[in-house]
Amino acid sequence: MIEPGEERTTAAVRPYVITRGRAGSSRDALPLETLVKSSGSALSPALQPEYRRIVRCCQGLLSVAEVAAHLGQPPAVVQVLLADLIDWGHIVARPPIRVAKRADMDLLRKVLDGLESKL
Amino acid sequence: MGLKASSEISMPDTGRTDGASGVDDASGVDGTDGVDDDMDDTHGMNGTDSADDLDDTTVMYVQPSVAGAAKILVVGPMGVGKTTLIGTVSEIKPLSTEATMSRAGARLDMPVRPTKSTTTVALDFGRITLGGELVLYLFGTPGQQRFLPAWKDLARGALGALALVDTRDLEASFDAIGHLEDLDVPFSVAVNSFPDSVLHSEDDLRSALDLLPHTPLVICDAREHKSSVKALISLVSHLIETVSEAT
Repeated sequence: MIEPGEERTTAAVRPYVITRGRAGSSRDALPLETLVKSSGSALSPALQPEYRRIVRCCQGLLSVAEVAAHLGQPPAVVQVLLADLIDWGHIVARPPIRVAKRADMDLLRKVLDGLESKL
Repeated sequence: MGLKASSEISMPDTGRTDGASGVDDASGVDGTDGVDDDMDDTHGMNGTDSADDLDDTTVMYVQPSVAGAAKILVVGPMGVGKTTLIGTVSEIKPLSTEATMSRAGARLDMPVRPTKSTTTVALDFGRITLGGELVLYLFGTPGQQRFLPAWKDLARGALGALALVDTRDLEASFDAIGHLEDLDVPFSVAVNSFPDSVLHSEDDLRSALDLLPHTPLVICDAREHKSSVKALISLVSHLIETVSEAT
């Protein structure tokens, strides 16, 4: 409840402000295991710091969950900001491998083989 | 959680010396020291606080050859050893974050504080690269909060779940297991053995947990790598069997 003219500067509020209230609308949320990486495209000087921090964190491949944890930001916020960055071409994503009706034997076998090789 | 003033992108703190450089060698198997900490969820909270201190050298990126990720959930009550198990098998030091719970869920699950519009649930996770092309994420979360939208999102697309059980308090695991059943997430049960765990026969455990005959039940020691990997293997083998039977 921010009064008109009242300026909120605390960081705990700001990430939610920058998402313009979109955080938590989970309908099209970027799955936490989506892998993301910076595309290397030039960032506009006007780009807000929260976005820059994310791009900086994504110099290599990381999951959305890892980006959130490394930045200490709620995943709901990072999901929204990352979606923006993907729209703008600053971040590229590798969507998670999903099991179609859990019947993807190939994927499951790969996981099983991979785990067995860790023994 | 400690959201500190996010001023300009803070440059990595170059004065930092606490072993951050050691992470560069990415030897993978390390970083699991001190995980004999059964109070996993408390541990997770602490992890969140240090996350503010972003230092690029502590970020261990996924190999560029990896084409995609899959996930498995690790569920169970607080203190059952989820973070311990994740830490034991993860190639990265387990990370912690907090999933936001919406107002609707909060109203149902947090009757004590009805005015609180959102709340969060601790989410601990780790990562295993498999075969250089696939990365498996393990998401650990307490499952006692039903109707939790965050939980549903997390479960969506998961290969399956490993439900951890502490025989000293079986009832504490009911919610997580029931929730997996409600969401139709295939799972396998791993009993994390603690030094003072009471021994039960498998039949007794199965009946106490009301497990279907085909649901695997294994005993594991979440502090041991091999034992924890075997628990995951029991789950994936079960998933494969389920698919084979269906086709």
